[in-house]
Amino acid sequence: MNIRHHFDDATLMAYAAGTLPEGMALLVACHLHWCPACRDRVKHAEAVGGALLDSIEPKSMSANALDDILSRLDDEQPTVDVSPTQSVILPKDVPAPLHSYINTSLDNLPWKRLGYGVHHIDLNLGSKGTTRLLKIAPGVSVPHHTHSGNELTLILRGSYSDEIGRFSAGDVADLDGEIHHQPIVDTDQDCICLIATDSPLKFSGLMGRLVQPFIGL
Amino acid sequence: MQEDKPTGGDVNAVIQIAEEKKKQQRDSWSARLSSLAETRSKSEFAAIFEYFAPRVKSYIMRLGMPLATAEEVTQEAMLSVWRKCHLFNSTKASASTWIFTLARNQCIDRLRKEKAVEYELPEEEPDPDQRDMAEHSILEERMQVAISGLPESQAQVLHLSYYEGKSHSEIAEQLGIPLGSVKSRLRLAFSKLKAHWGEE
Ligand SMILES: [Zn+2]
Repeated sequence: MNIRHHFDDATLMAYAAGTLPEGMALLVACHLHWCPACRDRVKHAEAVGGALLDSIEPKSMSANALDDILSRLDDEQPTVDVSPTQSVILPKDVPAPLHSYINTSLDNLPWKRLGYGVHHIDLNLGSKGTTRLLKIAPGVSVPHHTHSGNELTLILRGSYSDEIGRFSAGDVADLDGEIHHQPIVDTDQDCICLIATDSPLKFSGLMGRLVQPFIGL
Repeated sequence: MQEDKPTGGDVNAVIQIAEEKKKQQRDSWSARLSSLAETRSKSEFAAIFEYFAPRVKSYIMRLGMPLATAEEVTQEAMLSVWRKCHLFNSTKASASTWIFTLARNQCIDRLRKEKAVEYELPEEEPDPDQRDMAEHSILEERMQVAISGLPESQAQVLHLSYYEGKSHSEIAEQLGIPLGSVKSRLRLAFSKLKAHWGEE
């Protein structure tokens, strides 16, 4: 996989600090599954947490805490090493962390039509923001929009282009409120991506105003 | 580094020895955690608990958990150390970093009632980043020095993010600065830390 677009350092630090909403953390984990370069950066970002833990002022545990935990050790079974997803052959375009949420291939999902050439699946994570899969037909463009918070996009299949560049499988677009963009699917294949936000998108322009209340993106 | 004995008034040498001691301590925690997987020794676990549990508790309290729950969640995090110690790989992280990630995940589950999503390595692809343990503790050593040398504005966002569990938007709101500034401060901090661990 030839990945050209990666996360912002700030996003990886938020992942390492554990402050991303579940959907965005899921998307980060999916890209990490494919991207050794970002895995390396996350290790460094997690080491920041380790270094802080080393220098933190300890708070003593209550007197019986140690006895209490020692008495519980015998009931604890070691976590099994093999994750369930490793024993199944996964579709090439569904990274393991996503597979545990959808449990099927992208083609077998119950896609819902949103508008002309656009289908979606809402993962209904119930966390802040929204997390959905979007399937966009060739030549279709998503309305020009800006973001009030942060939006992460991971391309699973196909590609699109926008003002920033060309994004294909494995690439991420890591955008915040300052960017206006209008992605368009630029091959004859559907583009399927995972999109996670921490707040609703704002569409700009007439098309945006017409479409936003309707599709509720 | 036995030759680095402090000579009268040589503050640098004293600091160096203190740092060296801390590094040895970290190496030894990583080694002890690795051996725990084989020995399953309760007394060994007790030693790890005595060192790390009060740190984890302090971390969890800073994230805003009330005292009673903080103690309970610390116990859960330390139990997961016992359950998962065979998954600890000292070539990938130091003991402190690994335990930090366990405590962090426990907090995501408990505090936000969300699932902590971990990444997995693709099966067919061996992890290209095979550092040895010594390198990891050196990295963390340098990281601590670098963190303490950060300008106040960058250290502040780093602490709010890692220690108070604030999202970037919440930090922006709390400090009354734009979201973009929070991110650029974090980016600056990260690139300074990167320069200290001297690679890439
Ligand atoms: Zn990457």
